[in-house]
Amino acid sequence: MASCNEERPQPGNLTRFARRYGLQIGIVLVAVIVWVLFLIGSPQTFLSFPMYQAFMSTTPFFAMMALPLTLVIIAAEIDLSFPSVMAFGMTIFTLVLGATNSLTLAFIGCLLAGLLAGVVNGLLVARIGVPSLVATIGTQFFWRGVVLVVTGGNGRSLVPAQGSLLYNTLVGRLAGRIPAQMIWTIIVAIVVWLFLNRHKFGAHVYLIGDNIESAKLMGVNAARTKLLVFAIMGVVAAFAGLVVSLEVLYFWPTMGEGYLMSTLSSVFLGGTSVFGGVGTIFGTFVASFIIGAINGGIVAAGLAGFWTQLIYGLIIVASVSMHAVLRRRLA
Amino acid sequence: MGYILEMRDICKSFGEVEALRHVDFAVGTNEIVGLLGDNGAGKSTLIKIITGYHYPDSGEFYFNDEKMEHLTVARVRQLGIETVYQERALADLQPLWRNIFMGRELSGPLGFLDVDKMRQETQRLMVGSMGFTSSAVMPESVVGSFSGGEKQGVAIVRALHFQAELIILDEPTMGLSLSETRKLLDFVRDIKKAGKACIFIDHNVFHVYSVADRVVVLDRGAVAGQFSTKNITLDQLMDKMYRVAQTGSLD
Repeated sequence: MASCNEERPQPGNLTRFARRYGLQIGIVLVAVIVWVLFLIGSPQTFLSFPMYQAFMSTTPFFAMMALPLTLVIIAAEIDLSFPSVMAFGMTIFTLVLGATNSLTLAFIGCLLAGLLAGVVNGLLVARIGVPSLVATIGTQFFWRGVVLVVTGGNGRSLVPAQGSLLYNTLVGRLAGRIPAQMIWTIIVAIVVWLFLNRHKFGAHVYLIGDNIESAKLMGVNAARTKLLVFAIMGVVAAFAGLVVSLEVLYFWPTMGEGYLMSTLSSVFLGGTSVFGGVGTIFGTFVASFIIGAINGGIVAAGLAGFWTQLIYGLIIVASVSMHAVLRRRLA
Repeated sequence: MGYILEMRDICKSFGEVEALRHVDFAVGTNEIVGLLGDNGAGKSTLIKIITGYHYPDSGEFYFNDEKMEHLTVARVRQLGIETVYQERALADLQPLWRNIFMGRELSGPLGFLDVDKMRQETQRLMVGSMGFTSSAVMPESVVGSFSGGEKQGVAIVRALHFQAELIILDEPTMGLSLSETRKLLDFVRDIKKAGKACIFIDHNVFHVYSVADRVVVLDRGAVAGQFSTKNITLDQLMDKMYRVAQTGSLD
């Protein structure tokens, strides 16, 4: 009789796998479907390499930021200030470059500016207790204001940086074809994945996003974890700002505004719940390229660029609604 | 018998509300102390001060006769005080193993997790202590899908796993079935046999009386009285509880 229990039919490995990785499998299927649709829609474009080279060149601009933004949203917070932080980092970059003529110092200054902006967000949210939605809308305006005041609204050419070590490392072409920013995005993805899934920090990100009271009762330092999440977001936003500017060899003080929608929709389409506690780096990574493909596909299909905004908005609303429904069913 | 925990003259206010007024409270090294009191008597506040979640406005805290300052949740757990909270303190969307090791993940020197070990340990605890025989429950199972009794089991096993010297049970029988409640009371008796201490909080006077060595009655933020269960019958205790609730005094 004792063995009865063991002989009960166990859920098959396949079922278990599907249950555990359902969202990830789903997003890969969506990616394949989108790709096939585009392939049918304009085979000439989607069967040649330049299209993919263009993907790998422009998608990293927001994919890179969508990765740490995934951490922010898993922690049940939001950051809307990163478009301005991109420009703020570049403002410091150009200031330091002008003063010292050193690309290395300018690079460090840029990342420190991002860190500062991230820490300010983190302190507002974790220490002062301002809801992150409001805090980061505020800092979005604030940093944009700083950028416009300092630059006087004037852009700056970065042509002298062309061919430098920094330029080649960040936006050069590997083997003459693969954009370096693609490699950087993969590196950011691996590092963020490692810390989210295999480090105490990531464990705490999931826990505070799921149930912050429980996490605090069990000794998780919620304030420190949130501060760190916002700090990482700030640094990566500044880095992405530099990558964008070097790619086009020009810094516009209005830079970043176009990336808010694509970055947010990548995270939500990737299966991260706006309610916190759920989300994967893999999902965000794949979803970024779907978003990038939609962007490219709309242009290739001959539709006006206005359509992108409509579609991104639709994706955000649809994926967030899906999570609300799933959550109600679980409760 | 010495005290494992001693608190002197503890006061705590939340704004206008005085949750605790000059409370003295102690637990012997191998003693089961029942904490009784009506809603709002200050039981949960007292517990959250012991566990380092709230910081008292004034008062002293001794652990094994050593004075403690600036306690945090992490520090208290290090001392060997484990708590099973009324609200269970679980994260419903996370797998079982992450819940078991919440706030105290097994990790290497750089803070990287030892996921395999945590999964194995969870598997061992599930079979050994939690009595989960259902093959549908795995270390990867999401805790939100468990029944009330199973969730309570997780919270208790988590407290046990970390070799606690003092276990605090805050309303542990809430939402449990009859047989689950009986198992829980046996578990409290096992704490006593193992030479450890326990603070047992429950609305149900029968449950508390049946396992506690001593009963402390809180009323409106102050200690109204305490009795050794050897020296008082259940009827007398019930009588006193009613009187406290009505008049605010034991006699």
